[in-house]
Amino acid sequence: MSQHGLSEHSHGSFVPLQIRSERPKSTSVSDFAAIDSRQDLWRYLDAGQLKGLDQDVLAEYEAQVSFSSIPGVETYWLESSNEIVGSVGTPEDRVAAAAYTNASKTLVVRVTGELSEPFRIQINGDSLAPSALHVFIEAKPHSKSTVVLNYQGQGVLGENVEISVSDEASLNLVTVQNWSADSVHVSAHFAKLGRNANLKHTVAAFGGSLLRVTPITTFAAPGSEVEMNGVYFANSNQHIEMRPFVDHASPNCKSRVTYKGALSGEKAHTVWIGDVLIRVAAEGTDTYELNRNLLLTDGARADSVPNLEIETGEIVGAGHASASGRFDDEQLFYLQARGIDELSARQLVVMGFLLELLQKTDLPDIVESLSEVLQAKLGQK
Amino acid sequence: MAKLEIINLGVSVETDQGTKQILRGVDLTINSGEIHAIMGPNGSGKSTLAYSIAGHPKYSITQGQILLDGEDVLEMSVDERAKAGLFLAMQYPVEIPGVSVSNFLRTAKTAIDGEAPALRTWIKDVKDAMESLRMDPAFSERNVNEGFSGGEKKRHEILQMELLKPKFAVLDETDSGLDVDALRVVSEGVNRIHQDNNMGVLLITHYTRILNYIKPDFVHVFVDGKIAEEGGPELAAKLEAEGYDKYQKAH
Repeated sequence: MSQHGLSEHSHGSFVPLQIRSERPKSTSVSDFAAIDSRQDLWRYLDAGQLKGLDQDVLAEYEAQVSFSSIPGVETYWLESSNEIVGSVGTPEDRVAAAAYTNASKTLVVRVTGELSEPFRIQINGDSLAPSALHVFIEAKPHSKSTVVLNYQGQGVLGENVEISVSDEASLNLVTVQNWSADSVHVSAHFAKLGRNANLKHTVAAFGGSLLRVTPITTFAAPGSEVEMNGVYFANSNQHIEMRPFVDHASPNCKSRVTYKGALSGEKAHTVWIGDVLIRVAAEGTDTYELNRNLLLTDGARADSVPNLEIETGEIVGAGHASASGRFDDEQLFYLQARGIDELSARQLVVMGFLLELLQKTDLPDIVESLSEVLQAKLGQK
Repeated sequence: MAKLEIINLGVSVETDQGTKQILRGVDLTINSGEIHAIMGPNGSGKSTLAYSIAGHPKYSITQGQILLDGEDVLEMSVDERAKAGLFLAMQYPVEIPGVSVSNFLRTAKTAIDGEAPALRTWIKDVKDAMESLRMDPAFSERNVNEGFSGGEKKRHEILQMELLKPKFAVLDETDSGLDVDALRVVSEGVNRIHQDNNMGVLLITHYTRILNYIKPDFVHVFVDGKIAEEGGPELAAKLEAEGYDKYQKAH
């Protein structure tokens, strides 16, 4: 386990291969070269695994999306030519650019008040036609809400999700990817936080041949806090890739990034690349990122790379930790010593390992349904 | 009437410096309802004996036998030993994040009994056991050993012992790190379970303090991986007065 403490921390003269802030952005597919595993962004993937999401033309996805109606939330489809689309974030890779260009309409979710119940958006895929979706979530000042994006069915989807958390607003956003085994979902999230805003961002990735989420949080004003959590479980031949990035562009903000994954089966592959950038202006930053992976069988592979770029030393703390291992023998012994056989003990520990983060969503129904999904995945190879 | 027999037991452990022999021929027989105290200085192998009975994979058996009513314990997996009626109250119980105490207890009870306990009586049993150990009911929703104080961890071990009703319990330095109040509560729990279930107890301790609360029938002094002296409760009083020096000098 490589571990750096919570105290002030610097990599000294270490020069990263690519400065995170300098990554090119564009809404045009042609600005990005054809996808190739020699590119750093796609090095863990084969372009074929994208099942067409890197093409120039993708289908629309409006018909597959449904949502509830509750007081305090305005929801409507907007022409993507509207100026708010792209105002929070623009694509940094070819798949996101293709999704951006091809989604002619954008689903707008605007939270204006304090919600008494979670707002739920259901995405039900029904084909493997490569498609595009754009979602724009806006939490107005002083609003307080939980928004759930639940993906299921069969789909090949490229997506951009813009998340604007205004001054003093608090948003608990949960995305659940539980697609059919042949599905592909590549999703770019762009979150921007105003002053004293709070975002809890949770990604749960379970079903699909390829699931890739690149969530970016930018602190645009001081005094805000983000908690980015992720839970994933890869079975045989599944590829799950998570690339969270926190851009500390303003002073006195706090970020906690915690991703936990389990792997079971031949060629189960997970990738976690966690980037944190502390800009010159971001004095008083407090950040910590953690990735833990639990390998349950031989033949599975977990890549885990935390990156920290620090441009000011005037911070409260910056640290990261990454550990991938088999689950703890002492935990196994403790449970076995209480009569629980090895397989049941493994299940209990894995459920414990992963459910802990899901419990932080404060959504008991999601925890319950995902427990069942996890039990099923534990039984698979 | 059950019987746990440890016969000429030898145990080694792998270290960075190679194989290290820890137990060197231990003989000990415990019958139902008996309380045996094993006392000895640090490093004498007391905890190794506890873990070897429970089947921790770190320890290799080099000689001897452990029999439970004539059945070969050393042939059993860790969970089979628990199902056969052996219980180890651990000195350092590990944290199991994400697994709640209530879920853990129910899973363990189901495993030991071979069937799920009847819900209504089970909830009452857990509640009663927690009350008698003076544990907050909110405890059952916390994750196993996570953020527990030393005293809470030990009460949680005794709670499991009460609910799982083993034939024999090994208490590995259950008294360490307990203040007087916690020690009394934990000791009362052990005495109650011992009495109600006619449980046999192997009480491993460094100090005589716990023996003011739990009265042993037999005391064994453990030095350098074997039993150096045996006797009744009077031996504990002698150790209290004289310490372990004479055994270590003799060695």
